[in-house]
Amino acid sequence: MKNTKIKEKVNWPVTILLLIGLITVLFPLYMTVVIAFKQPSEMTNSIAGILSLPKHWSFSNFAQAIKVTDFWHSLLNSILITGITMVISIVIHSLIGYAISRNMQRKKSYRFVYYYIVSGMFVPFAILMMPLVKQTAELHIDNMIGVIILYVVFYMPMNVLLYTGYLKNIPIALEEAARVDGATTWQTYWKIVFPMMSPMHATVAVLTALGTWNDVMTPLVIMSGSGMTTLPLAQMTFQTQFGTNYNLAFASYLLALLPILIFYIFAQKKIIGGVVNGAVK
Amino acid sequence: MKTKRPENRNRTFALITIPIVALFFCFNTLPLIRGFIYSFTNFKGYGTFNWVGGRNYADLFTDARVGNSYLFTFKLAVTATIIVNVLSLIMALALNSKIKFKSALRGLYFIPNILGALVVGYIFNYFFTYIVPYLTKTTSMLADKKTAWIAIVIVCAWQSIAMNTIIYISGLQTVPAEVYEAGALDGATGWAKFWNLTFPLIMPFFTINMVLCMKNFLMVFDQIVALTAGGPAQSTESISYLIYKNGMSGGQFGYQSANAVIFFLVIVTISVLQMKFLNKREEQL
Repeated sequence: MKNTKIKEKVNWPVTILLLIGLITVLFPLYMTVVIAFKQPSEMTNSIAGILSLPKHWSFSNFAQAIKVTDFWHSLLNSILITGITMVISIVIHSLIGYAISRNMQRKKSYRFVYYYIVSGMFVPFAILMMPLVKQTAELHIDNMIGVIILYVVFYMPMNVLLYTGYLKNIPIALEEAARVDGATTWQTYWKIVFPMMSPMHATVAVLTALGTWNDVMTPLVIMSGSGMTTLPLAQMTFQTQFGTNYNLAFASYLLALLPILIFYIFAQKKIIGGVVNGAVK
Repeated sequence: MKTKRPENRNRTFALITIPIVALFFCFNTLPLIRGFIYSFTNFKGYGTFNWVGGRNYADLFTDARVGNSYLFTFKLAVTATIIVNVLSLIMALALNSKIKFKSALRGLYFIPNILGALVVGYIFNYFFTYIVPYLTKTTSMLADKKTAWIAIVIVCAWQSIAMNTIIYISGLQTVPAEVYEAGALDGATGWAKFWNLTFPLIMPFFTINMVLCMKNFLMVFDQIVALTAGGPAQSTESISYLIYKNGMSGGQFGYQSANAVIFFLVIVTISVLQMKFLNKREEQL
């Protein structure tokens, strides 16, 4: 018993193995950076030519990539779609999660609503894709608005599951006290319940934002006709224009990865925490 | 209004619930029903169409291309799920042990998970086309029917291991230290300790990871677009990719709707079976 309680020594062999293993994560990123900064003439026909550090760190590839892929517009579209989806999801999904969790014990109809929405998790996008293309075109929302609406609906099953699960553990007493004081359900929700759910809001925000930010399939099928692109979609659309100029292509890839990487550096703990929370619940 | 509070409360809840459920119905259930209806037609995606009854379904089962896409998708999903879970468990055990730079290492190993699959796919496409052949002195893995799917497994695994490792780590942290202390008294070390003590206790996390992995890999799409576009010789067409490609631009809207219906049933069946099977094991342990 005593032996195990003594502070264990640092396990150096494992530490070193893990440090070496980091190559698998960092090498693709390193490759992206060095190719993005090089000129095609530097990419001599050998592996050293490709992977050596660039002689001059030139930003000209980036300037060209920004022009070719209409980077700023794609970035703005991605930020708008992700941001609006995230905010609407938090508001709507937490509201319905609240309505369900406070009624499903005593009412069959709410229990039905719960299972109805949550079972939507099993519906793959592939089956909805073609009818949704028709439907969004008919409603004239085959654009960013349509994409946002679809995201709000797609993430509803998961988020409702998360919110309802979380609310089960929040005692109802506080709400009842507020009700006795004359507050309406609506006021109680915004003043008391909504702020209490903030840990879950963070989880929902991270999961929804990561999913929408990196998604290609929905904007590809819904808004490809609108002439608008998102950041990942632009990479696909302009793939042919990069041709064999891999330096230009990689500059564009790096630009597409950069926003989320920067965000990750600042919100690493929140992001990892959110992802774990979402999966484990 | 304020005098009749209980009714007011019920009305508020109904006013919240009904519009949101209606929205969900319109963009989830309705397209599902429409897809089901289209699956009985020869709709091309435009123009007029006729009812063909169950012919699409009958044709699906004799269509070699569809059959291949199912085989490929399952081969990919099963292989990737096993590889990812084994490696993630090892990574989680390593990252959870007494190491230096713990949080920095965890943070760095998580990076692949936050990156978009499409762009990652493009980067690996270059890696497999130009870097790997230099080292192996062969042609590109992506150009060979025998190896293209392995390249896709590698890229899928590269991204998913990060996610699954983090879930396993949070599982390992739920194992109380006393369990290990008791185990140490019984002389449990190394493999025996892991297999008899740790693994049963993190079984729920194993379930989560298996189900998540399988579901995600069965729906693989971005990686296919970026790495092979279904090639060489249609050998790496995933089900989602085939439905997208032939349904959206191949004039097979109705036919691929039938394929999508089957795919939907497959996903539901597998998820339910997996959860049943793994839950049973959990109870036994």
